[in-house]
Amino acid sequence: MAEWIDACAADDVEEEDVIRFDHGDRTFVIVRDHQDNYYCTDGLCTHEDVHLENGLVVEATIECPKHSSIFDCATGEVETPPACENLRTYPTKVENGRVLVAL
Amino acid sequence: MPRDYDLTGGYARRALDAGLVTEDWYKTPIDRKQMKALMKRADQPAIRDTLILFGLMAVFAGAAIALMPSWWSVPFWLAYGVLYGSAMDSRWHECGHGTAFKTRWMNQLVYQVACFCMMRDPWCWKYSHARHHSDTIIVGRDPEIAIMRPVVTLKLAANLMGLVDVPDGLRRMVVHASGRMLPDEETYVEAVFYPKTYRTARIWLAIYALTGLAALLFQSWIPLLLIGLPRMYGCWHMVMTGWLQHGGLDDNALDHRLNSRTVYMNPVSRFIYWNMNYHVEHHMFPLVPYYRLPELHAVCAHDFPAPSRSIPQAYAEMLPVLWRQRRDPDFHLRRPLPDGAHPYQKGPRASAA
Repeated sequence: MAEWIDACAADDVEEEDVIRFDHGDRTFVIVRDHQDNYYCTDGLCTHEDVHLENGLVVEATIECPKHSSIFDCATGEVETPPACENLRTYPTKVENGRVLVAL
Repeated sequence: MPRDYDLTGGYARRALDAGLVTEDWYKTPIDRKQMKALMKRADQPAIRDTLILFGLMAVFAGAAIALMPSWWSVPFWLAYGVLYGSAMDSRWHECGHGTAFKTRWMNQLVYQVACFCMMRDPWCWKYSHARHHSDTIIVGRDPEIAIMRPVVTLKLAANLMGLVDVPDGLRRMVVHASGRMLPDEETYVEAVFYPKTYRTARIWLAIYALTGLAALLFQSWIPLLLIGLPRMYGCWHMVMTGWLQHGGLDDNALDHRLNSRTVYMNPVSRFIYWNMNYHVEHHMFPLVPYYRLPELHAVCAHDFPAPSRSIPQAYAEMLPVLWRQRRDPDFHLRRPLPDGAHPYQKGPRASAA
């Protein structure tokens, strides 16, 4: 059973932006879209392991800062290559101003 | 020592062993808010530029056809050729990055047209360029190194008329049309896209065959001057600006300030080239669209070597280095950094000097 982990304060992430979240030996990103929905995905692009923390968030998508692969943050699905493999996503919720992620 | 640029050769392994196949490139620190603003996409600049580009192509081609067979048609063909054989290179580039337009289908549409004009398969070159950004001027890894060492001047000069690129493009097209990939392409293109590459090559070959047939039927050069040949007679501007991107600079370095060059250019060249003269900036932050590169340049200036002030000045700096690299492949230029800039990062971070 996945454990809910406190990742960050909701305000730590600006609208249509992303921050890095490391837990144990794993790395993730927390994304906030244009409608204040929060998502957690694996931190590394599935194309060449570039970290997505410097990527571009547009609505609920994130674009890899190196090769412009675009992923749907809700499903992790690749919308634009060069990545071919979907990004892994994790259930995310906001409680009392904190972003919680089920890992 | 001479380098082996074969992507399947020994230098590919060597680059991997040396820790040069990595994302650990130097980046000038920029405030996230500022970077977000710089990465912001818009449709308007690229729509304007695209309308101007295709409008000018139509006008120049129309004037050239109307003036045929007079010699007065020549300047119009040359102008049309530069837009076809050079401006389409930058459109291929920007739309391939997906940064030119905010709307994705617009990037895709212009990308497909530009790929056809430049004889570059859309999928192969998407992945080739991704590799160029991952491993910029890393020998044995980067498929887009325009100037190899030792420098062969005749080969470089021949490419001013596309005499290297066009036969290579046609050869690849024929191989793809026969349902095969080349060994170098297999090292960087995802196999799932091979069938699309084969289909594209067959469609393009059919278009070129029809163009040749039209030329024969009408006993006229016009179809060939409109489609295909401009990739040769109009590519000189692309080659001229392209050499400046990395020519004479370092290789096997993990810092774009060492292997890329920013050059101030006149407005016409910048229109044709879509601001890729800000090349260090583009490589360091590839999500910044072409119309925001001058702004990014200003933000990074304190950390970058001084840009070349003009195309002639950049050539005055680069040509003597290339001349020497004919006999001394290790020789290259290292430009001083401004006071207070972060030091160059030649190798992987752990061993950075």
